[in-house]
Parts: sequence; C-alpha cells; structure tokens
Amino acid sequence: MNQHLLTICYLIGSITFILGLKMLSNPASARKGNLLAAGGMSIAIFGTIFLFSYDENGTTHYLGNYIWIFAALIIGAIVGTLAAKKVQMTAMPEMVSLFNGMGGACAALISIVEFNHLSKELGATPTAEMIQHIQPTVLIIVLGLIIGAVSFAGSMIAWGKLNGKVKDFSFTGQNVLNMIVLASALGLAVYMIFNPQQHMLLYAILGLSLFYGIFFVMPIGGADMPVVISLLNSFTGVAAACGGFLYDNKVMLTGGILVGAAGTLLTILMCKAMNRSLKNVLIGSFGGNKKGVAGATGAQGDHKEISLSDAAMVMSYANKVLIVPGYGLAVAQAQHTCHELEKILTEKGVEVKYAIHPVAGRMPGHMNVLLAEADVSYDILMEMEQANDEFPTTDVVLILGANDVVNPAAKSDPASPIYGMPILDVEQAKTVIVNKRSMKPGYAGIENDLFFRPKTSMLFGDAKKVLQDLCTEIKNA
Amino acid sequence: MIFVGIEIIEKVPSVLHTPLMSGANAIHGVVIIGAIIVMGKAEQDNYLALALGFIAVLLGTLNVVGGFVVTDRMLEMFKKKK
Repeated sequence: MNQHLLTICYLIGSITFILGLKMLSNPASARKGNLLAAGGMSIAIFGTIFLFSYDENGTTHYLGNYIWIFAALIIGAIVGTLAAKKVQMTAMPEMVSLFNGMGGACAALISIVEFNHLSKELGATPTAEMIQHIQPTVLIIVLGLIIGAVSFAGSMIAWGKLNGKVKDFSFTGQNVLNMIVLASALGLAVYMIFNPQQHMLLYAILGLSLFYGIFFVMPIGGADMPVVISLLNSFTGVAAACGGFLYDNKVMLTGGILVGAAGTLLTILMCKAMNRSLKNVLIGSFGGNKKGVAGATGAQGDHKEISLSDAAMVMSYANKVLIVPGYGLAVAQAQHTCHELEKILTEKGVEVKYAIHPVAGRMPGHMNVLLAEADVSYDILMEMEQANDEFPTTDVVLILGANDVVNPAAKSDPASPIYGMPILDVEQAKTVIVNKRSMKPGYAGIENDLFFRPKTSMLFGDAKKVLQDLCTEIKNA
Repeated sequence: MIFVGIEIIEKVPSVLHTPLMSGANAIHGVVIIGAIIVMGKAEQDNYLALALGFIAVLLGTLNVVGGFVVTDRMLEMFKKKK
C-alpha cells in the first residue's frame, strides 16, 4: 500500500518538475512554475522519508535514522533560505554556482556510501558470478561519483572566480594534462567495474575527478562563466539521474534527465548568443591568449572625456536615448538610480529605452532581472536585434559599465578572443557616452577600441554616483 | 525525458535564462532523495555512512531550498512591474 502511495508521490513530483520547468520558460507563469516544482519536490522528499521501504533478508524495512535526517534537513533548509535571501542581486550567479556544487557533492557522497555498502557485501574475494551481478551497479556508482565530483569542484572554482577570489590560471599543455587526468579517471573507472573488490581505487577516481573539475574551470575566463555554470548544472542533473538508476527511483530519473537535457540545451543557447561554439568556450579560454591580443589590437590612443553637465545637456536635448547597462551598473547597485534618470528624461519628452545584450552582466538575463527589480517597465527593454535596428535613429547611447558587449573588435578583429560574438552596434548612433570607473579593460581582459573612437566620450566615475549627478543636472537644466 | 527537456527549453526568451538555470538547478536537487535513502538505510553503528549521509542530506537540502528561494526572488522582481 505504502509502496503505491510512494509511486503516486513520485509521479506527482515528476509531473510538477516537467510542468514547473515548462512554466519557468514563460515570463507570465514563471513564478508559479517555480513554486509548483518546489511543492512537488517537498512531496517527493517527505514521501521518501515516510513511505520508502526496501526488502532485506525477506523482511520489509522502513528508513530509520529520522533524527539525523531531519536535523540535516532543518539545518540545510535554514542555511539555504538565509543564504538565498541575503545574497545581493549582483551575486546571484555565484549563488547558483554554489548551490549547484552542493548538489554535485551530494551525488558524489551518495556514490561513496553506496559503494562502501556494496564492497562490504562483496567481501575480499568475490566470485566471478557476484562481480558480474553487481557490475551495472558499480558502473552507475562510479559514473555518479565522477560527474558529481567534477561538478562540485568546477562549481566551487566558478563560484570563486565570479566573486574574484580565484584568478585565471593556465599554463601551456593544460588541456593535454586535463585530458590525461580525465582519461585516467575513466580508465580507472573501467578497471574498477571489472575489479570492484579494489575499493580503494574509488578514492583515486574521486581525487582525479576533483582535480579535473578544478583544472577544467580554472583557465576559463570570467566572461564565459555563465556557460560553464550552465554546463555544470546539467552535469549535476546527469549525476542525479545516475542516482535514479541506482535506486530505480522515478522522480530522481525524471528530475535528473530533465535538467541534464534542458541544461545542455540552455548551455548551447547561451553559446549561440555569444556566437561561439561550446568547444571554443571550453578550450580556447580567454585567459590563455589575453596578452597576445592586447598587443595585437594595440589601439591605444586618446580618449575624450565629457563633463557631467555636458552629458546632461546632450541627453536632455536628445530625441531618443538608449541605455546599455552592463555589469558595472550591477556592481554599483545603480539600477534604481538608472530608472530615476529614465523617468526624468521621459518627463522631458525624451524617448528612453534599454538595449540589453544577451550576455550582459554575468549571466544571460542578469540585466533584465536587475532592471526589473528597479521597476523598469518590460516594454522598453530591448533585445539585441531590436536594439541594433534602433541605433541608427538614436541620438545618445549611454553605456553604463558595459564593455565587451559593445566592443567593435568582435566584428573587425579576427585575432580578438571575442571575434564573432554579436555586439550592440552602438556606433550607429550619433553620440556615445561611456560611463566606466577607469580605462581598464573589461572582464574578458580585452582593450576596447570603442573608447577611442571620435563619437565616443568618456564619463568616468562610479555608475551610481554619476547617474545621481546626471539626474540632478537634468532636473536643474 | 530528454526530448521533454529539449522541447521545454527550445523557445525561451533570453530574459529568462538566468531564472531558468536557477530553477533547473533547484530541480536537480532531487539527488537529495538518494541521500535520504542512503541515510535511512545506514546501520546505527556505521558512523562513516551516517556522517557522509548526513552531509549529503545537508548539502542536498541546501541545493533544493536555496535553489528554489533564489529562483523565487529573481522571479518576484519580474512580477512587481505592473
């Protein structure tokens, strides 16, 4: 009876995951979709705790250790909620990466415990028949371990990179080394499947996988991190699916495969937005060829500065102003002030719109989230293609802490690491005002020719401060 | 299931990529069910399994709860405008 109830719980869980993910892909229903999936998850979790039973030596057992389980659940829930509530909007991508790593670690730990369990049953000298019997299980366990560990280590590095704790690091032959590490982990895994009594090997595989995870993400530039996180996200999905096979658990299978497939596709979509192949992102890392590129473009020259009052003047007499927000805006927490400026300009009869590059900020959609937080209306947010049609008729483009997404090198300089990435064609507009804190190159570490072009004027300073001053200036004008 | 996953993602506006990634991130927290099973099956005196299982459930919960809450916070902001 309980078994049937549990099956129903899992069925509900699976359906809510599918529906939830489906609803998440539509702005109107996204929030409900998330809650639905969360509800389904709760049902599946509590169903497992109270209804799951297994047969051992002919008798049916229910799960024990309730105190431990609930202690872990409660601590995890409290810490998770607090962390998620307290995190700054700008730090969202790090947070997702961190939680993803937790999931990966969880999958890896399951594999370790299950394997220990298995090797105990097996004893020191198993018969060939016994080995054959457990081979599929070992395969799944080892697979779950490798994927989970890579995902965990990779996510931790991605997290550290996004909040600036870990620097880009690469050396020649790193790709070769990575391949060797991965190959030896897989080789050991295969060996292990045929010789499961060698249980210490499991830790060697774990070590190699962690090592691979670290060195796989290490050389990838911060600008590509969203793609990496999305990829690792789908890895964890696959690791969860391995758990599903292991326990023959429908809801884990559904959730895991769903995320694995959806995550992979999302990764590809993100790559497309940057017009790069996944292979290019993973192997042709930004960090590696940074220096060569700075020399290659060599577009040093004079940049022009513009004073606040001039900038205010130009903008208030414009017909159409396009704002290009970037990570600098997010860092300065200037989204509300930005909305303020937009309102003041609109009152003056200026048409104000936002041009949002698909990968502006640290994650696709990051800017939309931020601007939505500041109550910026959905209708004036334009995606790249739309915005590029509008630039020729635009008087002033105000770039707020964006850099790589407006770098003309992506179109003109084949040596540039971002060559081929579609950019916002801000040069089509009559005037370009760039607000940045300094002339330092952006996150991808590349010089930006745009700043030296005759149409461009620089407005240095913290985005929030500059925007506030602009507001005051325009009001008084 | 793979096709369902692909079908779902195919036509997503890039606006929603971040929340979607975050939502998917929470959903793969289902691994926690595996962790609960491990934990519940562990013998009382198998401290290694208990300790590892405990950590696994803890991390899994972080993934699930944190994931859903973060996603909700992101989406809350979309809802506000109107």
